[in-house]
Amino acid sequence: MNSRIDQLFINLKKDKQFAVIPFIPINWPGTDDTISIVETALSAGADAIELGIPFSDPLADGATNQLAYQEALKNGSKVDNLFKIVDKLRTRNVKKPLIAFSYFNPIYRYGIEKFMINAEVSGLDAIIIVDLPPEESIDFSQLAKKHKMHQIFLLAPNSNEKRIESVIKLASGFLYCVSVAGTTGVRDNFSTGLETFVNKIKTKTDIPIIIGFGISKKEHIKFIKKIADGAVVGSAFVETIRNSNNENQRDMKISEFIHNLVEVD
Amino acid sequence: MRNLFPDNEGHFGEFGGKFVPETLMPALDELEDIFRLAINDNNFTEELDHLLTSYVGRPTPLTFAKNLTKKLGFKIYLKREDLCHTGAHKINAAIAQGLLVKKMGKSRVVAETGAGQHGVATATACALLGIDAVIYMGAKDYDRQKINVARMRLLGATVIKVDSGSQTLKDAINEAIRDWVTNVSTTHYLIGSVVGPHPYPEIVRSFQSIIGKEVKDQIMIEEKKMPDIVIACVGGGSNAMGIFHSFIDEENTKLIGIEAAGEGLNKKHAATLSVGTTGILHGMKSLVLQNSDGQIQEAHSISAGLDYPGVGPEHAWLKSIKRAEYYSVTNEVALMGVKLLSESEGIIPALETAHAVGYLPELTNVLNEQSVLVLNVSGRGDKDMDIISEKLNFFST
Ligand SMILES: Cc1ncc(COP(=O)(O)O)c(C=O)c1O
Repeated sequence: MNSRIDQLFINLKKDKQFAVIPFIPINWPGTDDTISIVETALSAGADAIELGIPFSDPLADGATNQLAYQEALKNGSKVDNLFKIVDKLRTRNVKKPLIAFSYFNPIYRYGIEKFMINAEVSGLDAIIIVDLPPEESIDFSQLAKKHKMHQIFLLAPNSNEKRIESVIKLASGFLYCVSVAGTTGVRDNFSTGLETFVNKIKTKTDIPIIIGFGISKKEHIKFIKKIADGAVVGSAFVETIRNSNNENQRDMKISEFIHNLVEVD
Repeated sequence: MRNLFPDNEGHFGEFGGKFVPETLMPALDELEDIFRLAINDNNFTEELDHLLTSYVGRPTPLTFAKNLTKKLGFKIYLKREDLCHTGAHKINAAIAQGLLVKKMGKSRVVAETGAGQHGVATATACALLGIDAVIYMGAKDYDRQKINVARMRLLGATVIKVDSGSQTLKDAINEAIRDWVTNVSTTHYLIGSVVGPHPYPEIVRSFQSIIGKEVKDQIMIEEKKMPDIVIACVGGGSNAMGIFHSFIDEENTKLIGIEAAGEGLNKKHAATLSVGTTGILHGMKSLVLQNSDGQIQEAHSISAGLDYPGVGPEHAWLKSIKRAEYYSVTNEVALMGVKLLSESEGIIPALETAHAVGYLPELTNVLNEQSVLVLNVSGRGDKDMDIISEKLNFFST
């Protein structure tokens, strides 16, 4: 049987469509807001959700996500809450892919095997660890495989031939290509070599390619749609949520934000 | 044998390694290649040696601490890194990395600083070698080491105050890494201690190990034997690794590192090796101060240079194989250490160094008149005079 993620990309390919994947830290802005945010985004047309596990020292993140993590930690966010949230979403019949995004330390400290077991039981589909390159993920990858978790690897426009090949060998689900050398955070321009870089990866593999970091608006999506299979929208989504005054307004803003990106052709 | 560590991927036993975003992996590979070429290239080593002697002031003296020896009842020698240009050992690795930057053809460096000593050393090396320097400093450290902020600016560096997180060294490192990820094609991260992803712990150790090499020659002349104890303070661990490294294979020499116990181990402190647990921070697996959910905890020490919730992976490893021992002393004991060395030897140590000095009285029971101890005076205390004056009530009426 195909995994939820494999099935998503099979379906998208059939319809010549493109995946829009919003990112939010769990337990933010309020401890119990995650379920409602995820469901609103999915019903507005998001294809999957990336759920961030807050970390005290997020060195790959820009100011927007740093602040959201800090606030989520103040709310009492814990690794275990991820599984509670995923479990609840599955119980409420959410069928689209749910992907965790984390730094390695919270998961290492939690226990990698325990993490994988709970991830599988709750219904998580994939895990991205931004500071765990292939060189350090031998044990992690084995446990991920054992518990049917896609481990998503990252590539950057400055990754050389050798690194691209070694990452492709391990890749599962999709490849996460960062749009620029830099941290997360809304920005206007991508790396000038991005298109060439993505095309280079495509000559080596058929695995879907998702682009992330800095994507915020329609024009970005228009460009990425031409070269890749989907985009992660992080800081811009987090800012949209931060800028809403109450829950009703938040739902409206989320729907508007996602619609706007999904409707690009 | 032990000197062969780390392995090819930068592991010291279970510690070390490279835990960084993909964007930085090519930069780490490039740095490692350039480093290995450089240390085997006579032109590089000659240029470095020349700068170390004519500019830094090496070799630094080994001073017999006559009065302190009398007071404590065992022979105490002081390795005088406080006499290095800029006033601390940090310059040894800053100058050497500056030369690597030139070799890589990069034009800009970023660095973190806690006490400001590494920032000053970096700004100095960059002024000398014609490189742009951007120094990140936690807001708390910025306020308590103001003189060093002024020195960095005078040397032409840009100093950026970091307001995020705990506003100390760990947050300065986060910001420096964010800058580095963004500007990696033009910029080198000039790390100030034996921390971070491989190859940094090895590179910084390698450039600091000149301290221990000199001590070995100097103590043979003075005592005709190896020391019984080599002792140093440990923040990230560079001055300690620098003096320890040449002695790792000297089985009869005990290696002791002293961390900051801050207000006490049951309160706020920075005693990572003493009570930390295994975790991943700033690109390395090592011992770290963290809660049960893997969130890094704030460290605390009166000394900005020791105020860090992580430590170099090689120290974590030396502890795990019981080749080195680590203890901690409080802010109060460190202040006693400042007074002790100043009054008995006429040497005002940095608050970091003062932690190692403050531990010496603990050793009176296990050492005798024949015992030889070498203490690494990692830096001088000028930068700390504001805090010291306040704590010792020099101006109260
Ligand atoms: C004088 C002095 N000693 C020691 C340290 C601690 O660093 P390390 O443990 O890397 O030697 C510092 C750091 O700023 C310092 O300035």
